Amino acid sequence: MSGEGAGPLVEFEGVTVAYRRGRRWTPAVRGVDLRIDAGVTYGLVGESGSGKSTLALALLQVLPPNGRVIEGTIRYRGRALDRLSAAARRTEFHRRVALVPQDPLPSLNPARTVGRQIEEVVDPSGRAGGGARGRALAMLEAVGMADPERVARAYPHQLSGGMQQRVLIAMALAGEPDLLVLDEPTTNLDVTTEVTILDLVRELVRDRDTAVLYVSHSLGVVAELCDRVAVLYAGELVEDASTRALFARPRHPYTQGLFDSVPRLGTTRRLVALRPIPGRIPAPTALPVGCVFAPRCPIAIDACRRAQPPLEPAGDGAVRCIRWREIEAGEADPHQAAPPSRVAATAERVDAVLDVVELRKHFLLRRSLAELVAGVPQRAVRAVEDISLTVRRGHTLGLVGESGSGKSTTARAIVGLDPASAGAIHVVGQQVDRVLERRPAIAIRQLQMVFQSSDEALNPYRTVGAALRRPFRRLAGLSRAEAGDRVRRLLQDVQLTADYAGRRPAELSGGEKQRVAIARAFAAEPEVLVFDESVSGLDVSVQAAILNLVSSLQEERGTGYLFISHDLAVVSFLADYVTVVYLGRVMESGPADRVLQPPYHPYTEALLSAIPLLEPGAERSHVRLEGEVPSPVDTPAGCPFHTRCPRVLGEICRTEAPPWRPAGDDHGVYCHIPLEELSAVQVPALRSERREGGGGGKGDRG
Amino acid sequence: MASPAVSAPARRRGWVRGLRSLYARPSSALGTTLVAIFLALAVLGPLATPYGATEQVYTERSQPPSLRHLFGTDHLGRDVFSRVVAGDRDIFLLAGSGTLIAVVVGTLLGLLATYRGGWLEEVTYRFFDSLLAVPALLLALLLLGSLGPSRTSVLAVIAVAYTPIVARVVRSVVLDTKTKEYVLAARMQGESTAFILGREILPSVLPALAVESALRFSYSIFLVASLGFLGVGVQPPNPDWGLMVSEARDFVYITPWTLTFPALAISLLVIGVNLLADGLKRVLQVGVEP
Repeated sequence: MSGEGAGPLVEFEGVTVAYRRGRRWTPAVRGVDLRIDAGVTYGLVGESGSGKSTLALALLQVLPPNGRVIEGTIRYRGRALDRLSAAARRTEFHRRVALVPQDPLPSLNPARTVGRQIEEVVDPSGRAGGGARGRALAMLEAVGMADPERVARAYPHQLSGGMQQRVLIAMALAGEPDLLVLDEPTTNLDVTTEVTILDLVRELVRDRDTAVLYVSHSLGVVAELCDRVAVLYAGELVEDASTRALFARPRHPYTQGLFDSVPRLGTTRRLVALRPIPGRIPAPTALPVGCVFAPRCPIAIDACRRAQPPLEPAGDGAVRCIRWREIEAGEADPHQAAPPSRVAATAERVDAVLDVVELRKHFLLRRSLAELVAGVPQRAVRAVEDISLTVRRGHTLGLVGESGSGKSTTARAIVGLDPASAGAIHVVGQQVDRVLERRPAIAIRQLQMVFQSSDEALNPYRTVGAALRRPFRRLAGLSRAEAGDRVRRLLQDVQLTADYAGRRPAELSGGEKQRVAIARAFAAEPEVLVFDESVSGLDVSVQAAILNLVSSLQEERGTGYLFISHDLAVVSFLADYVTVVYLGRVMESGPADRVLQPPYHPYTEALLSAIPLLEPGAERSHVRLEGEVPSPVDTPAGCPFHTRCPRVLGEICRTEAPPWRPAGDDHGVYCHIPLEELSAVQVPALRSERREGGGGGKGDRG
Repeated sequence: MASPAVSAPARRRGWVRGLRSLYARPSSALGTTLVAIFLALAVLGPLATPYGATEQVYTERSQPPSLRHLFGTDHLGRDVFSRVVAGDRDIFLLAGSGTLIAVVVGTLLGLLATYRGGWLEEVTYRFFDSLLAVPALLLALLLLGSLGPSRTSVLAVIAVAYTPIVARVVRSVVLDTKTKEYVLAARMQGESTAFILGREILPSVLPALAVESALRFSYSIFLVASLGFLGVGVQPPNPDWGLMVSEARDFVYITPWTLTFPALAISLLVIGVNLLADGLKRVLQVGVEP
């Protein structure tokens, strides 16, 4: 298709993009040099605030009105984009370059069918007539739609998030672009959907010779998909290398820090603590002199703080670090110091601090007047169906499932915010009311919760000190002075300084807000703490620090945790026990190391094989889930997972509820397939012989 | 630690900063100034006027504006300036306290009913909806018809007409806020409903409430004047602006100033309050992030 020889498709040359605030232009991306050749899959990785999306928008010439490329040039096929006339830009550039955005719904016209919208791309002038229809259907089929006709007739809101993203990919590819820009296209999707989208992109690109710029915060996703990776930090390109080289040996300390921050499947805190990057990304208005990473770098020397290091060619790429040769030779250790892992490996049985028996939560749906008259029975969303779980003192139970699995509903039902429909909840041996407001103060104190979003966690109008003082005053009955004293100590416990008490939430970063939220939950000195996706919204380097904090707080105080997450790697890091839920039902539960090894439930197997590993080209199981999560209103009869199960046996799965098959040590699965058969066909999702290096820790990748 | 000694000047600085940003835009600067002038005249009242509001001087009838009578006199020999100023005080008292009642009642009911939800919310808001279905003026005429025209009745009319509107504004913010995680966190700490409403939710309601109060105040001014004009509100010889306009209609060709000045006062005050509300909206919206 392209056939223009070996010249670069896109070239960034010293590109600086700035945003105007008031009368000042603040650069968000500075001096980026990057070249993307035809047919290459390029990963653009960075945490929030790194400028990765800005760079993608600049390339596509769709910066917001207050943003502008103030220096450097972006070339497409050797021609500077800002020199192209508007008409040339439209026909020669925008038709050849396509974007798949992070959030699909706003990009689709809600008032037109999906088919019509794809036809528009195929045939902008609308002259081709019936041919466009056929192309649109072919595109929908190419992106793995089982029933393209039906999808083409659907309106965007009638499709699930994963389907919408497929439609956008179909639309993007319908114009046969040379370059496909994907801006975090899977971030809002479940892992099992994410992995099918990644498979799809990989396949489509292989067949088409299309170059890809894949913007992502996830190193794992990039490892799965990309040929080359560019790492951005605080608006600067810090490292650029082939994926294999980068993952085998990162040359920049920031890249190394990112690797060390990610919890990996099979790495538990009993083995090693995560190595978070201390500090936070500098604001674009307050950049340090010299290397932008120096303030957080473990091997920064004086020279780093004096002048900005140049981007030097290194190996098959480039790196912006004056000590990269020392790092490569092993003379400088770019690993962050590991915090001491004080977590003892204990397996002894201790008493349960939270015991939930057959918890059930149904939401009754309203009937219309017609249904009421016709006597249609009231239907219910069965969000949680007979979930039982136990949290032991000083131990963590991980509750894992995709969105719609009912895990957050379970959490809110347990703490009583959205009371359960049925079931018994025991806190430290005492049965408590299902409604929070009817529980005795002692039970409220003993069972606390940390919420998901760091932005909503704190009242924007109250200071941190006011928020933290309150539980001491109320639940512990302390005087104002005593409470102030305790607040200071508590802030230290979550590694914040005492002056944070006077700040308001708007002055805190996401990670700091979540620390305060954790402090607030600990203020009541609970016996059990429920974490509802409490680290999911954070950047990996921050997430690592919070996970270490949460882990050490548990070790000090012996609090039992119910840790809810969609991320199995995070759960496997923290949890002693794991319960896997699907459609509000338990699929599998048991000790963490047993759940993560075969035999496991086919759903656990699919979840595990969907997790992107940090090893490009790693051999691994390929279990993919078809179709969508069924609606919890019409839960499938028999085993709820049978509609998507890759190992479905047949009639029995559709009609009979699966039996509990105990596998010893409290481990077991709900499945019709006998355990021996499961063990025989399943391969481990992670190679168990892999060891994380405790000290030097390099050289075990790739 | 935020000790009171630190937070008091901080709060005062907030006021100064707020005023400064109000004056940054010409339209809100004009609004603020207009309201300030009318407010000052209302407070000073009799001190600022040379004559009594109902004082009739037979020899000085129908005088055009002069230094003796800034706004002239009417056919009964009353000083129009003094009457406009007295009417100003009246309207601030009537429209102001009517608005205040509506805001306080609407906020309390709105907070409680929306936060609690269920039947309380259903009953409260269906009732408010039924009140809103009747135009304010019609509602006023109905109420005044049964209560009889008096200041208290006018007050009641404003309160009844505007409480539902305030409650709706409060509801929209509370609906959004009550599911915020910091409110859930407060519930998890066993806080009382009063604490959650007063300390966790009310601060988020205040910006919208301030803007809405200013708007309601301007509508109230209009309503009071309209009722006076129609003769069902404030009764003669009280110096009500609407009433003055109504009385002056018959003499519009002889003594146009008796019509012009009260009408101008109504317009300027309403415009001023509206511009101020507009400015408040901008300042408070920006002001959420300290």
